[in-house]
Amino acid sequence: MSEVKRHEDIVYLDNASTTRPDPRVINAVTGVLGHDFGNPSSLHRLGARAERLLDESRERVARVINAESGEIYFTSGGTEANNWAIAGTVASRAKDPHIVSTTVEHPSVISMLDHLHEDGWEISLIGVDEEGRVDPDEIMDAVTPDTALVSIMFVQNEIGTIQECREIGRRIRGLGPKRPWFHVDAVQGFARLPIDVKDWGVDLMSMSAHKIHGIKGAGALYIRKGVRLGPLVFGGGQESGLRSGTENMPGIVGFGTACEVWSEDREEVMTRLASFRKRLVDGVRSVFPDAVLHGPEDEGVAPHICHFSFPGLRGESILHALEARDVYVSTGSACSSHKTRPSPVIMALTGNEDEALSAIRFSMSRDTSEEDIDRTVKALDESLRELSAWRRK
Amino acid sequence: MEELLLVKYGEISLKGKNRYQFEAALMDHIRFVVGEYPGARLEKAYGRVYIHSVPGERNVLRRLAKIPGIVAVAPALRVENEIIKIRDVAVEAAKRALEMLDGTSTATFKAESRRSLKSFPLTSPQISHEVGSAVLAAGLGLTVDVHRPSFVINVEVREKGTFVYWHEVRGMGGLPLGSSGRGIVLLSGGIDSPVAAYLAMKRGVALEALHFWSFPITGERARDKVVRIWRVLKDFDPQMRLHIAHFTKIQTAIMESCPEKYRVTVMRRMMMRVSTRLAERVGALAIFTGENLGQVASQTLESMAVIEDTAGVPVLRPLLTYDKRETVEIAERIGTYELSCLPYEDCCTVFVPKHPVTKPRLELVRDAEKALPVDELVEECVRGIETLER
Repeated sequence: MSEVKRHEDIVYLDNASTTRPDPRVINAVTGVLGHDFGNPSSLHRLGARAERLLDESRERVARVINAESGEIYFTSGGTEANNWAIAGTVASRAKDPHIVSTTVEHPSVISMLDHLHEDGWEISLIGVDEEGRVDPDEIMDAVTPDTALVSIMFVQNEIGTIQECREIGRRIRGLGPKRPWFHVDAVQGFARLPIDVKDWGVDLMSMSAHKIHGIKGAGALYIRKGVRLGPLVFGGGQESGLRSGTENMPGIVGFGTACEVWSEDREEVMTRLASFRKRLVDGVRSVFPDAVLHGPEDEGVAPHICHFSFPGLRGESILHALEARDVYVSTGSACSSHKTRPSPVIMALTGNEDEALSAIRFSMSRDTSEEDIDRTVKALDESLRELSAWRRK
Repeated sequence: MEELLLVKYGEISLKGKNRYQFEAALMDHIRFVVGEYPGARLEKAYGRVYIHSVPGERNVLRRLAKIPGIVAVAPALRVENEIIKIRDVAVEAAKRALEMLDGTSTATFKAESRRSLKSFPLTSPQISHEVGSAVLAAGLGLTVDVHRPSFVINVEVREKGTFVYWHEVRGMGGLPLGSSGRGIVLLSGGIDSPVAAYLAMKRGVALEALHFWSFPITGERARDKVVRIWRVLKDFDPQMRLHIAHFTKIQTAIMESCPEKYRVTVMRRMMMRVSTRLAERVGALAIFTGENLGQVASQTLESMAVIEDTAGVPVLRPLLTYDKRETVEIAERIGTYELSCLPYEDCCTVFVPKHPVTKPRLELVRDAEKALPVDELVEECVRGIETLER
């Protein structure tokens, strides 16, 4: 079996799945593992030191979204944060058994809502236009006096469409004191695109560390002060009694460090990625004119995500042909026994199974270079030639 | 009193002149499985193998039960052929049986005896009676139930001593590996082919597994899946090797130059050619497949005949007449089902045309192949075969 080469020698364009930890993050994590290993709840000096690191990390995360540090609750990652936002709302607002969301949410939201639906909750899933955007008017039309929660994804994880969270948040806030809570699943946009929970009127927001060059196993839920969300994990009373369990200190400190890394040069990096995205889109079209770009062309899309279908081919085959050339991407579609199941998101967008099965997601990050893009286009060209006999007419 | 493992083997004892060869194959296999225990020693008797110095733990019994040819395995106690000693050992056996039952207060038993040593002074019913009364007198709270006992105390009086056992694990039966020669099995990663392999091994065929891998149409995980299935099958034959043939080039050539509806037929004909070459190389006498009558379009008698046309050795299909349900039952039992259901793209889902021909005609298929540089492609594929031993 072929070995994976050193990261310097590969092109990694699967950053929406996970990112390579930043060297500064690795350094901070190693420090916690090897030296500052105390439990923040311990009374001695080591514990106090750990607690300071925990507070500092909390501040760093809070700063990214303009929250107070007391509003950040660390979790095991984005999935737990999403689960908690919904389950916590259910626990606190059982009198308002209605939730509004969209058809293109992450499985950690959708499967939670499916589960609630079985339990008798009313769930309204609002569809999206062909670029994956949800209409704020439709969201607001679906909200009733019984609505407990509106849950919207900030950046769509497969195609990169940015939802109008600020617009939606402000309109929800306009509904007055007895209004639904507004949850934003910000996992794919957090730290890379500007977020202001105060300005947007957000009550709950999910974040994840490993998508921004932190390590796996750490994330956070922002809970606006004043929102009384029920806990998901019970125990020793950590995280103000809302999320028990000894804190994942390496993950959390790495998370805080990753936030700092991005805050230094976020705009510069994202401007660069926007130009790379254009270069990639042009390159893909030049080697495969039939390629279909999903999501917006350039406005209203996250600069780091670029999603194409290659009609007539299988996404998985393209992925493997690219990996043989040391280029790593994603199909963005889940599989189920033996038959490849088309991505529900692309199906929701286009209704075209061929497009859904032939999809490839390229996702960049701060360590992507222009050379990576050019190597990817070249590898794609070679791969598509290799697979040309396999193309279904 | 001595502790040992008692292995029962079945059909081999009926096989006349070849019996010694079969028994040697079985002994080799057992030796391989228990080889990790220092001091492990085998002793052969008629229809039995005794294993010394290997613990009668559940995982050992289970591994022995997966050796083709073994009918049952039991931890046993051996004593000299004296009825007083036999009675004592029977009581010990009853105690151990009770331990296994987790202290059920209402346990029952019966005694069963066999006497192949005809010079022993008591008859089988008399031995059972002696053993039964000894256990009843031991104050273990046991009663006799000849119809539905909680356990059976088995007593075998033989030339090499008397063996007493109270619990046996059923083995897979069949014939020892290698007693039916060597074969190739085509392992696809699906549900059927591992079952076909199992059935062939059960009848004593030592197998070499062959997988056709289609990178980049399928990925590393598709290959890993086959490797994992092969490792499960190695429980039945620790020496089974896995050959991986890189097949994409042949498939691409078929896609490029053969009519779409004959694609699958031609592909399978190419697989047979490659398999035949491997069979020659490893001395295999047949190719085993998981094919089944009528399950998919290509699995018709017409198709099979056209496909077999390119095989240089017989193509055998142990599952030919099985219903899917029957195959799944075996797959679940031997532990390959869950692995087979892992969701990785298999090359067929991409390769199979919308309307494959179900009743191909040989002349037309041969025509369809004309544009293909068959020998060259087969040669290159055979040369590129990777072989995994472990």
